Amino acid sequence: MIFEGTVHAYGRDVDTDVIIPARYLNTNDPAELARHCMEDIDAGFVERVRPGDIIVARENFGCGSSREHAPVAIKASGVSAVVAASYARIFYRNAINTGLPIVVCPAAARDAQAGDRLRVDLAAGTVENVTQGKRYAAEPFPPFMQDLIDRGGLLEYVKSRLASEGA
Amino acid sequence: MGSTITEKILARAAGREEVRAGEIIEARVDLALANDVTAPLAIAEFEKAGFTQVFDPARIALVPDHFTPNKDIKAAGQSKKVREFARKHEIVNYFEVGRVGIEHVLLPDLGLVAPGDLVIGADSHTCTYGAVAAFSTGVGSTDFAAAMAWGHVWLRVPESLKFVYSGELQPWVTGKDLILHTIGLIGVDGALYQAMEFAGETIEGLSMDARFTMCNMAIEAGGKSGIVGFDEKTASYLQSRPEGSHARVAGEVFASDRDASYARVLEIDAAAVPATVSRPHLPSNAAPAAELGGIAIDQVVIGSCTNGRLEDLRQAASILRGKKVHPDVRCIILPGTQQVCLDAAADGTMQTLIEAGCAFSTPTCGPCLGGHMGVLAEGERAVATTNRNFVGRMGHPGSEVYLASPYVAAASALAGHIATPDEAGAGKGGAR
Repeated sequence: MIFEGTVHAYGRDVDTDVIIPARYLNTNDPAELARHCMEDIDAGFVERVRPGDIIVARENFGCGSSREHAPVAIKASGVSAVVAASYARIFYRNAINTGLPIVVCPAAARDAQAGDRLRVDLAAGTVENVTQGKRYAAEPFPPFMQDLIDRGGLLEYVKSRLASEGA
Repeated sequence: MGSTITEKILARAAGREEVRAGEIIEARVDLALANDVTAPLAIAEFEKAGFTQVFDPARIALVPDHFTPNKDIKAAGQSKKVREFARKHEIVNYFEVGRVGIEHVLLPDLGLVAPGDLVIGADSHTCTYGAVAAFSTGVGSTDFAAAMAWGHVWLRVPESLKFVYSGELQPWVTGKDLILHTIGLIGVDGALYQAMEFAGETIEGLSMDARFTMCNMAIEAGGKSGIVGFDEKTASYLQSRPEGSHARVAGEVFASDRDASYARVLEIDAAAVPATVSRPHLPSNAAPAAELGGIAIDQVVIGSCTNGRLEDLRQAASILRGKKVHPDVRCIILPGTQQVCLDAAADGTMQTLIEAGCAFSTPTCGPCLGGHMGVLAEGERAVATTNRNFVGRMGHPGSEVYLASPYVAAASALAGHIATPDEAGAGKGGAR
């Protein structure tokens, strides 16, 4: 799958409280959550974001709370993928589980500027900064994670496991 | 080569002789928990996937503690979904308002966690239960939904970081100060994907309440889990859980081998750790409380899953006894459970705090995450014994949170600005 979009750039330690503030966690409706995505770090994000856009951040993206509402809000806001130097572990699991494409690529995260055009090729494992004319290799998913994604996600995997066990 | 306590617990849960850091395992879950924020999303995913049965209604806990008593109509709707699911699936450990407490104080207190257990929770502070020598870690709603159906979880066996604390703590210095100091040393991703093992003579000297506080904040360093080895204090704590509870009748004690492999071992001179405050907007912005004097505050919050246990409230009361909260400060007490309320009422702690001018809340996560019961306005500043001081964490994105121990929080409530107990004119130095 290939995603191309405009970069929204952030620094390190972007926490899930700023991705989706807890005051909006009295719902799990994706469209409602999307209306407040990134509100406490970038109040203009929801107005600016266009379908296909890409969030780029430095280390430890998604730290803090376990709220799965964070990747849900990002995905529902129209963002096609996130490229970061590293992810907090619960956010990483949650992104995989909710089908938000995430890429680990420290060099691309370091170079990208807000407004750049970025092209992410998940199958090829590459990130291309179209504006700057640079190409980067993304870190591949661990084989187990790739297998989980290929099987349609965690719950599909669990369903097939339970079915094969005759449960 | 030997194994860490974390590797041993995960090997048991995976039904294996041994496992090594870096391996992916599928492990049996002893307890899976979620709250009124994370459970509704999990229930929706569980039902959408077509699951009709939970793996074991006795090994799931649903704890509506975040926005309860219901803060608004939408939150009431979310709580209702959790209640209806709990009834339908006959979830044994569902807790209604009046019986509910803050999940990470409530569940171990009720004896639902035993040493050697594997606990996962759709709440990042699930790492708290490492204090009873269990492996426990936070996950998201879909992982919790999968565990409800499957009774298992996939995990990458973490490397361990060992923190060895030596020396006697200074007056007014607590487990909270140790963990804030430690996060300050390694940063908010200093333990990313790793288990934080707390050891050494200082940890042996800490109360169980203080150990819960330290393990609770492992996530604030990016840690997958926090853990303290089993000792006499653990045994005595577990023996005082309710008769017949899981913690009394189950569990297996593991210890790290001497030749276990660690990603890193850090020796920390605990005697040199001062009363510590983490400034906005990261838990790693640790500084000696004495260096922050003069920063005026509007609110103090004492409690939460981090510091809402009886010892914490007693420490606050020891500072506030016979004194009055500063006229410009709102001081809010968030006890962890109804039992903590009863104990605080029985020994006079509650009366001391109310007479000092504190508001005494029912157990709830409430303002810690900017939910209700003490949300901050733009430009307001709080000292809190909670665990996060991110932008907007306790309310308006233009507000600020300073993290501290109950001693420093209570002293600051008296002074009207960030203060150590000595500066606030408290008596002799407190116990750990």
